Amino acid sequence: MDRVAGIINLDHEQDMLDELTYFRCGAAVPFAGRYRMIDFAISNMTNSRFDSVAVFARRKYRSLMDHLEQGKAWDLDRKRGGLFILPPDWNDPTDISQGDLQHFHNNIDFINRTLADYIVVSGSQNICNIDYQNVLADHKESGADVTVVYTKVDELYPEHQSAHKLEIDENHRVTSINNDLKNKNVYMDMYLIDKNLLHELIEQCIAHGCSHFFQDGIKAQLDRLKVNAHEYVGAHALINSVESYHRNSFNLLNETEHDRLFNDDNPIYTKVKNEAPSKYLSSSNVTNTLVANGCEIEGHVEDSILFRGVKVAEGAVIKNSIIMQRCEIESDAVLENVILDKDCTISKGRTLIGAPEKPYVVPKRKSM
Amino acid sequence: MKNKECVAMLLAGGQGTRLKSLTKQIAKPAVYFGGKYRIIDFPLSNCTNSGIDTVGVLTQYEPLILNDYIGIGDTWDLDRKFGGVSVLPPFMQAEGGGWYTGTANAIYRNIKFLNQHDPEHVLVLSGDHIYRMDYSAMLDHHKASGADATISVIEVPWEDASRFGIMNTDENGRITEFDEKPAEPKSNLASMGVYIFRWDVLKQYLVDDAENENSSHDFGKDIIPALLHDYKKLMAYTFEGYWKDVGTVESLWQANMDLLKKEPELDLSDQRWRIYSKNPNQPPQYIAPQAKVNNALINEGCRIKGTVDTSIVFYGVHVDEDSIIKDSVIMPDVKIGKNVKIHRAIISKGAVIEDGAVIGDPAPDSEITLVAEEGSVLASSYVTNC
Repeated sequence: MDRVAGIINLDHEQDMLDELTYFRCGAAVPFAGRYRMIDFAISNMTNSRFDSVAVFARRKYRSLMDHLEQGKAWDLDRKRGGLFILPPDWNDPTDISQGDLQHFHNNIDFINRTLADYIVVSGSQNICNIDYQNVLADHKESGADVTVVYTKVDELYPEHQSAHKLEIDENHRVTSINNDLKNKNVYMDMYLIDKNLLHELIEQCIAHGCSHFFQDGIKAQLDRLKVNAHEYVGAHALINSVESYHRNSFNLLNETEHDRLFNDDNPIYTKVKNEAPSKYLSSSNVTNTLVANGCEIEGHVEDSILFRGVKVAEGAVIKNSIIMQRCEIESDAVLENVILDKDCTISKGRTLIGAPEKPYVVPKRKSM
Repeated sequence: MKNKECVAMLLAGGQGTRLKSLTKQIAKPAVYFGGKYRIIDFPLSNCTNSGIDTVGVLTQYEPLILNDYIGIGDTWDLDRKFGGVSVLPPFMQAEGGGWYTGTANAIYRNIKFLNQHDPEHVLVLSGDHIYRMDYSAMLDHHKASGADATISVIEVPWEDASRFGIMNTDENGRITEFDEKPAEPKSNLASMGVYIFRWDVLKQYLVDDAENENSSHDFGKDIIPALLHDYKKLMAYTFEGYWKDVGTVESLWQANMDLLKKEPELDLSDQRWRIYSKNPNQPPQYIAPQAKVNNALINEGCRIKGTVDTSIVFYGVHVDEDSIIKDSVIMPDVKIGKNVKIHRAIISKGAVIEDGAVIGDPAPDSEITLVAEEGSVLASSYVTNC
């Protein structure tokens, strides 16, 4: 059996989710009622039988570390390998690396020590349910140096503008990686590479003063390296803005979309909170809504997503909104087109209404 | 290794015949309760929340699911370097062996396990009750009174007292007499099946009891009467709060329904006293546009398109359009088709209820309908009790 190890590289991910990323990195943003963005990246690796996963964190990682703990929720509390959260505290006086190569250089022990022959490097913004064993099989069959993962989107949305696109020849070889605004082959910020080649490219990039491993080590060397394109077919959402977060969250209220992302064979794991089942009181009226455990609902909720432990009092009305962990909505409050971050309280009778295309975002722990 | 002050022994070998087909393939402590739990989650969570980190679980009847569920005890934070949870099935040894013949025999046969931990006190629990209890407060009471044994009791209505094991006490709470299901009760203090013994005292009585050929080797029938006979100091510890024996289909159903009150006596949402349970890793529940959900507890992974009223729904249950679930308990992974009507029923894990099926009797006070063994398929013509 070929062994694969994972690296989740958060180094270049910008905190573009406004209020939701004031206090945490994008990877730690709550998503889909009970998860954090990074749960999808890690669960995909666990489900693909990776036994080592490293997380390259750069900033605002307190909430991420709290969430990941020792990796138990993803079955990554292992004697050998397991989960490594690697924040940037480096003290190598000979270090000349820059950008995310600092991460590769200073954490080279992770790559050296793993028993894996292959490494998958991914970000956290592409929400999907992918089996990397398929990517590996494709990689070996193609005889490529690197295999990059992409998906063909039906429609290009604003969030795809900043994503790389792939031009691919008839043999699935990547001929160009660019930002062509019309190309629907969206690169998913995931690649699989032979461990020894990764090592070699890291050294080469550092020697040449590069600061972005993917751009300088892979994208700039398409003529020298054989880069294979693996097409992923399945649920996909690229989340790099409040708008894309909002739209893709509500996509999950569609049963087909929901089932494409969540299935029993490849479950998405997350930190367990041991909440009781959610309670619907006799006055509750809930329709077209995702509800996580530990909620207590007495009011009216429609077309919304409630995270764990949300309380909705009698007479409160919630429409088209995302309400995160432990928020309390008091009686007769009205919320429409709102994203409430964790631990917010909306007091009795208050009304908050955002625009349908631009939801009103309330930062963590705010009382209104 | 330091000795433990108190080790818990959880009697989990019972068959629970009065739960009918619910316990055909699993032991009673593994029966589902409250939308996400199994009965054994309650005593194990109580142990961990009470600071008792060493628990022996005595298994016998259908142990497969129970063993798998308990695992290394990490669900209840009982995966410990010293102590933790140990599953203790009956075993053979040089001088023979065999099944546990009674509750006292089960503990007697595990004297070696208890000696390993060399506890001062032993807490004996059963896996048949739903309650939240701080055993450490009972242990404090036991120690302060200097009792040889302390029995937890709860006040029951006088008219029900003849259904319980009743403790008669003096003005100081010392137990003077024990009446098993008395026709004319002298007290309304019922034993909860929760005992704390001084280990040196209990060990002696277990050894003596084992040699007595006329004994049924049962705590209630043999050990407690023997202690009383010898004027050992037995104290009653009065527990206040919710406690329910869920030994019958009716009582299991009623205890589930008790959770639906606006402020239930058993508060499962109390952060300070979590009831832990194995996590099924399911996405949030989805309530569809045409769904109607009132007065219900619903768990993750459910998909509700019909009407759920006054019911408990475990994880992974699907309720399709135009179906009505009322006054019922739906166990995990049950798939309910369209136009199904379920009233006053308990539906076992994994059952498939096909379109148009009618189950249960809506009349108040009618008998609770118990549907089938795990994973059975009910055709649309299936009607019971109507």
